[in-house]
Amino acid sequence: MQITVTINGKKYTEDVAPDLVLLDFLRAHGCYSVKRGCETSNCGLCTVHLNGKPVLSCSVLAVRADGKSVTTLEGLQKEAEEFGGFLADEGGEQCGFCSPGFIMNVLAMVRELENPSEQEIQEYLAGNLCRCTGYQSQLRAIQKYLAWKQEGTK
Amino acid sequence: MSYVNSRVRKKDAMSLVTGKPVYTGDLIPQNTLVVKLLRSPHANAFIEEINTAAALKVPGVAAIFTYQDVPTSRFTTAGQTYPEASPYDRLILDKHLRCAGDPVAIIAAETEAAALKAMNLIKVKYDVREPLLDFTKAKDNPILVHPEEDFKALCPVGADNRRNLCSTDVFEVGKVEEALSTCDVVLTRTYHTKANNQAMMETFRTYSYLDEYGRLSLVSSTQVPFHVRRILSNALEIPKSQIRVVKPRIGGGFGAKQSAVSEVYPAFVTLKTGRPAAIVYTREESMTNGSPRHEMQMTVRIGANKDGVIKAIDLYALSNAGAYGDHGPTTIGLVGHKSLSLYGGVEAARFACDVVYTNTMNGGAYRGYGATQGIYAVETAVNEMAAALHMDPCAIREKNMVLEGQVMRTYYNETCNSCTLDKCMAKAKEMMNWQEKFPAKVLENGHIRSVGVAMAMQGSGISGVDIASVEIRLNDDGFYTLLVGCTDMGTGCDTILAQMAADCLDCDIDRIAVRGVDTDQSPYDTGSYASSTTYVTGMAVVKTCEKLREKILEAGAKLLDIPVEDTEFDGKRVFCPGKDKEVSLSQIGYASFEGHNRCISASESHSSPVSPPPFMVGMVEIDLDPETGKVEIVDYAAAVDCGTVINRNLATVQTEGGIVQGIGMALFENIQYDKFGRMMNNSFLQYKIPTRLDAGKIRVEFESSYEPTGPFGAKSIGELVINTPAPAITNAIYNATGLYFRELPIRPEDIALGLLHKDEN
Repeated sequence: MQITVTINGKKYTEDVAPDLVLLDFLRAHGCYSVKRGCETSNCGLCTVHLNGKPVLSCSVLAVRADGKSVTTLEGLQKEAEEFGGFLADEGGEQCGFCSPGFIMNVLAMVRELENPSEQEIQEYLAGNLCRCTGYQSQLRAIQKYLAWKQEGTK
Repeated sequence: MSYVNSRVRKKDAMSLVTGKPVYTGDLIPQNTLVVKLLRSPHANAFIEEINTAAALKVPGVAAIFTYQDVPTSRFTTAGQTYPEASPYDRLILDKHLRCAGDPVAIIAAETEAAALKAMNLIKVKYDVREPLLDFTKAKDNPILVHPEEDFKALCPVGADNRRNLCSTDVFEVGKVEEALSTCDVVLTRTYHTKANNQAMMETFRTYSYLDEYGRLSLVSSTQVPFHVRRILSNALEIPKSQIRVVKPRIGGGFGAKQSAVSEVYPAFVTLKTGRPAAIVYTREESMTNGSPRHEMQMTVRIGANKDGVIKAIDLYALSNAGAYGDHGPTTIGLVGHKSLSLYGGVEAARFACDVVYTNTMNGGAYRGYGATQGIYAVETAVNEMAAALHMDPCAIREKNMVLEGQVMRTYYNETCNSCTLDKCMAKAKEMMNWQEKFPAKVLENGHIRSVGVAMAMQGSGISGVDIASVEIRLNDDGFYTLLVGCTDMGTGCDTILAQMAADCLDCDIDRIAVRGVDTDQSPYDTGSYASSTTYVTGMAVVKTCEKLREKILEAGAKLLDIPVEDTEFDGKRVFCPGKDKEVSLSQIGYASFEGHNRCISASESHSSPVSPPPFMVGMVEIDLDPETGKVEIVDYAAAVDCGTVINRNLATVQTEGGIVQGIGMALFENIQYDKFGRMMNNSFLQYKIPTRLDAGKIRVEFESSYEPTGPFGAKSIGELVINTPAPAITNAIYNATGLYFRELPIRPEDIALGLLHKDEN
C-alpha cells in the first residue's frame, strides 16, 4: 500500500506492507530513538506523537499514519535537551533505554495538562515502565522542569 | 577532592536523553542476517527426527542449523572467572531438550518474515518425556535432567548429574544443635521465594561479523565481555585469539546479562556463513528463556533467649537451578554468608544447601544473587522471633546486629572494618517515625496503616577472584584517556570512575575521556557484577593515578632539568616550589608525543582479598485494605552504609530502583508454569513489574562508614538495595494482620483469605 507520512517535518511517500507497524517504519527511517520493549503494548518505550498526540507506535499500523504527521524524539531535540537536562541532573536516565518514550510522553503531558498534580503526573505516565530508577528521580526531574517552565513564562 | 561525593551528571546522559543510536540494536549494519530460534514446546523431550528441507526453500533463508551441525563440547553460559563453578552442561543445540523453549534449530534469513516462515516449516518429531517440574522432588528423582555422560563440573561443587544435583554444600561455625538446645525459644519456619525476571527494558541482543582480519567480532549487550570471549571459544571450539567482543551502551542488565544468553547463536551463524548476523530477543523469549532469579525454599531454625539475644541460626536452602546450572553453585553461597553475617554475635550458625536440576528455565544472576533470598528468610525469621518474644523488631536487631570491628565468622572470618548498621537503624527509625507508627493503626476508612523493618548486607566484589585493570594515558594538550574493562550498563560506572580519576589527578572531569569495553583494546576486567565496579575497579583507578602522577613528575622534572624529588604536580603543571620553574601538563603532553621512548601512560590491576559488606536498614509503611487484601506502599525509608558515596545522585537512584524491584518481588512477580512446564505469564501483560503508581514514596539517606580498603573509603551499592523490601513488607503485613505469609509474592487474595480464616478460627 502506498502511504504518505510526514516524519519530523519531512514528507515520505512509500509502498509499505499492510501489517507493518509504525515503530518498524520509523526505525527504518532512521528514528532509532523509538525502542521496542515488549510485544503487548505495555511498556511505553515506543511512544511517539501522531498529529501531536502520544501513541504507542508498536500498536499503530504504518498505514494508519497515512496523511498524518509523526514526531519522534529526533524531531524534538531542543525539548529533549531541556527536559533531559533536568533528568540528567537527577541521574534519572540510568540505562536510558526507556528515556525517549518516557520523554515523548512527558512532553505530551506538559502540552495537555496545566499545572499537573503529583497524582496526575504519575497517572499520565503510568504506562511508561522503567526498571532502573524506581521512578522517584523521574518525578523530581518533572517537577523541577515544570517549575522552570513556569518561571520562564512569568 | 571536588568530584567524589558530589552529584555529577553521567557522561553519557545527554546522548541517552536525546535518543541517540547507541545501543546494540541501533548499530546492526544493513544486510545483516536475521537470526531466529525454533524453540521446544516441550519441557523434556528428545528430537527423534528433524527435517529442514521445506524450510530451506523459503526465499531469503540463508541457513538452518540443528543439533547435528553444532560442536559437541559442553560449556556454560554463566559469565564467571575460569574455572567456572557452574557446570559445563549445555550445547549450542542439543538433541535432548531440557526445558520449554530450549532451542531446536537456528534459522538465519535475509528478513524476519522469511525466518519466521521457515520456522513454521521445520518438521520435528519429538520423543516427549515426563518433565520434572517440582524442585522439592528433584533430588534423586528417577527423571534425570542431565543423563549425559559428558556432563562436566570444573570445580568441586558437589555436582552429581545422576542425582539431579548441580551443587551441594554445608558449613558450620560453633555447635548449632548444642546452642539451639539451650535457647528459651526456638522457631522453625520455611519460606519460599519465586523465580523473578530481571525485566531490563532492553532484551538480550547481539550481532556478529567477521572483521577485516577475518576474526569473529561481536557487538553485544553484555555485562561480561571478557567472559563472553571465553564462553564463545568453548562453545564454538575456536581459539580465543579469533574473537573480539565489544559492549556499546546497555539497556539494563541487573545480572541477566552476566550470562551469555544470546551471543552464541549469531556467532555460530557468522562462523558458518561468513555473514553478519544478529539476534534480538523478543520480550517473550527474554521471559521464557532468560536467566532469572533462582526459586528457593529455605528453612530457618532460630533460637533466642527471653531477653532477645539470638544464640543460633540454622539455615537450609534448596535452590532450583532449572535446566542448566548457570550461577547455581555460586548464588546459593550468598544465601548463607550474606544473611547469617548480619548477626555477628551468634554463638553458632550453620548453612546447608542443595541446588537441583529441573525441567524449568535455568536460573542466572539477578541483583542480590542469593543474598536477597537468604536475607528475606533470615530477616523474616528474626521478625517472627521478635513477635514471639513480644519485642519491637528494631529492638531485637539492636541487640544482635553485626558491629564494626567484629570478626564475621560466617563471612570467611573477615573483620567488619566499616559498618554503621547501628546508625542506619537509628536514622531509619527517625525517618519513619517508627516509635509513633509501630506496629499499626486503623484508619477511618477501615484500612490499616502499618510499618515493617529489615536489615541487609551484600559484598563488594568477589574476594580473591575479581580483577579489575584500567589504563590511563596522558595525551597532547594534557587531557587523559581512561580505558576501563568494566561495563557501564546504565549504572554510571564510566562516570564515577572518571570522578575518582579527576580527583586523583586534580583535573576537570571533562579532561578525562572514558572508553569501554572492547576486548581487543580495554584492559582486563572480570566485568560488572557482584557489586564490584566501584570497589574493585575504583581501586584500580586510584592505583593507576598514583603511578601516572609519578610518571608525569618524572617527565616534568626532565623537561625542567631538575631532580624529581624537587618537583610537585598540582594537576595543571609540574613545578619546583619556591623557584620560578614550571612546565604545564599540556607541554608535558606534547613533549611526550615527540622523539623519545616514553609515552606517558599507566595501567594497574586490582584484586581485593576481602569483600567488605555494605549495609542498610529499610523500613516500609503500608496501607492495607482488609476487605480486599490490597497492599499499597505509602512510604519507604532507606538508611544506607555504602562507605563513601562517590556520586550522590547515582547512589540515590540505585537505592530507589533496587527498592522498587524488591517491592515487585514482594508483591507481584512470580514466574509461573503450566503442568507441561511452559511459562504462563510470559509478557508484561501478565508478569507485572511495578509501575510508578506502585512505587510509593521512597526516601534515601546515607550513613557513610569509611572502608579502609576501598577507593576514597567506598564499598558498593548496586545489589544491597534490593534486599530489604521483601522481609520489611512481610513484616508490615504481619503488623497489620497478625499473619505471617511465608511465600512470595504476597497477593491480595492471600491476605484477604488469610484474614477470613483467621476470623473463622
